[in-house]
Amino acid sequence: MSRILVCIKRVVDFNVRVRIKPDGSGVVTDGVKMSINPFDEIALEEALRVKERGGAQEVVVTSIGPSECQQQLRTALAMGADRAILVQTEVSVEPLTAARVFLELTRREQPQLVILGKQAIDDDNNQTGQMLAALWGRPQATFASRLELEGGKATVTREVDAGLETIEVDLPAVITTDLRLNEPRYVKLPEIMKAKKKPLATFSLQDLGIAAAQQLKVVRCDPPPQRQKGLMVKDVGELVAALKKKGVL
Amino acid sequence: MTTRILIVAEHDGARLNASTAKCVTCARALPQAEIAIAVLAADGGAVCAQAAALTGVSRVLRVDHAANAHALAATWAPQIAALAKGFTHVFGPSTTFGKDLMPRVAALLGIPQVSDIMAVEGAHRFRRPVYAGNAILTVEAPADSALVGTVRVASFEATPAGGSAPIENASPAVELPTHTRFVSVSAGSTDRPDLQAASRVISGGRALGSAENFKLLFSLADKLGAAVGASRAAVDAGYAPNELQVGQTGKIIAPELYIAIGISGAIQHLTGIKDARTIVAINKDAEAPIFEVADLGLVGDLFTILPELERLLSQR
Repeated sequence: MSRILVCIKRVVDFNVRVRIKPDGSGVVTDGVKMSINPFDEIALEEALRVKERGGAQEVVVTSIGPSECQQQLRTALAMGADRAILVQTEVSVEPLTAARVFLELTRREQPQLVILGKQAIDDDNNQTGQMLAALWGRPQATFASRLELEGGKATVTREVDAGLETIEVDLPAVITTDLRLNEPRYVKLPEIMKAKKKPLATFSLQDLGIAAAQQLKVVRCDPPPQRQKGLMVKDVGELVAALKKKGVL
Repeated sequence: MTTRILIVAEHDGARLNASTAKCVTCARALPQAEIAIAVLAADGGAVCAQAAALTGVSRVLRVDHAANAHALAATWAPQIAALAKGFTHVFGPSTTFGKDLMPRVAALLGIPQVSDIMAVEGAHRFRRPVYAGNAILTVEAPADSALVGTVRVASFEATPAGGSAPIENASPAVELPTHTRFVSVSAGSTDRPDLQAASRVISGGRALGSAENFKLLFSLADKLGAAVGASRAAVDAGYAPNELQVGQTGKIIAPELYIAIGISGAIQHLTGIKDARTIVAINKDAEAPIFEVADLGLVGDLFTILPELERLLSQR
C-alpha cells in the first residue's frame, strides 16, 4: 500500500507577536494561540493532493510534543489525513531527535514519501527533513515548489538562491516544502466532526526506543536589538537630501 | 584549546561564493581557530585558488569528482562527513546551499547543528535568531562533541584575500548514492548585482500591482547600481521571481541602503532586512509597520514618487 507520512509541528501562530519571558528563559507560550506550522500545513496539503490524484492510498500525519498536539493532529485529520500518530513528550525535542523518531515511524509505516515543512517558524532550524533523509539513507528534495510523481521517481523543483533548481529522486524520499508549493485548503465543519472519529494513536519516545538527548542548552533568550525610530520626510526632495546627508547616496 | 574548523565552500564551479569568506570570518572568531576549506567540485582548481587566498585559512582540501559537479546534498554529505574526522566544527553558509547540505552532514555524524550563527561567544557558545528574528537565543553545545554550524551571512563581513594556504588533494573513501540526480537550474538574470552581496537594494511589495509595474523598480535600481528584491506578497502574486524574495524564508540581507517600496513590513519581511545600515520606506499607508524600522519614511503614492525619485537621482 502506497502511503505518505506527513510530519507537523505545533507552533505559536504566525500572526502572534512573540514576547520574551521576563527571566530570559524563552518566549511566552502560555495562553498564546497555537497552530500547525504553516510549512507543514503546505506539506499536508501536498500529500492530500497526491492522494486525490491517485498517487497514494493513505496519508498518515504525525507530530511530536505534548498532549495538546492532538488539536493540530485533529485539524490535520479534518483537512483530510486518514489517521494520526502522536509521539507524546513534555520535553522539547531537538531536530536530530525528531529525525530519529520519524525514522522509526518510517520503519513501521513504510511510506513512499515523507513530506514536511522546510522549517518550523518557532526555532527556524531548517534541519529535521534533511536529518531524516540522512538517517534513512534516502534522497532529500528540500524547499520544494513543485512536485511530480511518476514510476517510482519524484521530479522536484526547488527554490534556491540562484532561482529554481530541478532534481529527480528515487522513492522513497523526503520532501520539504517551500511557501509556493500550494495553498492549503480550508477545513469545513462537517470534516471537523468526521475527524473526531478518525484513529489517533499515541506513543511515548520510550515506546519507539528513542532517548530524548538534549544536546544544545539554551543559555539565554533576549529580545533583538531595536532599531531607532527614524525620520519622516515630506517629499522626494527631502528624502534625497536626507540620504545625501547620511552619505549613502 | 585549539578549534579545528572545516568550512564547506559554496561555489558555482568557477567562482567562490562570498558566503564562504563570511563563514571564514565567523570561524576566525572561535578561540585558536585552525581553518580548512573543503572544495567539492568536478574540477575545483580555480575555486581552490580563491579559497586558499582567504586570510586565516590554513589549508584547502580539494575533492574533485565528476559526481560533485552539482551540489547535491545526498552526494556531498557523506564525503564531508568523512573529511570531518579530526575537526571540532563543520561550518557552511546559511544560504539555500548550506541549509540543504549541513543538516545531512550533522545527522551522518550524529552531532547537533547550530543554525544561523549570528555571533560567536566561545568555542561552543553561539547566538542565533528564532521566531523570525523576534528573539535571540544564546545556545551552548556540548564541549566534548563536534558540532555543525550554519553561518548567518548577513551577520559577518567577508574575510579579505591576503593568504596563500596549501591545497591538498583529498578523496574520501565513501560510496556515493545514485538515487538523487540533478536535472536543471533556471537562474535569473545575472547582469544585476547579487541580492545577497549588493550594497544597495530596492525592494517592491504587493502595492506595485503587477509584474509590469514591478519593472519600474529595475530602472531605478540601475540608476543606483542596486540589486532588486521583493516581499513575499509580491512573489506570491507573480510580480517577481522567487529568488528575489527577502525575509525569514527568503534571503536575509545586510546592504548599506535598503529602499522598501510599497511593502507594508510583515515581521517575516523585517527579519530579512534588520541588518541593513539605512532603511528607507515608501508607502501610502502611514500606519504600515515598515515605518517602525525605517530610518527615513515617506508616505505617498509610489507611482508618483518613483518617477520623481528617478528624475532627482538622474540630476546628481
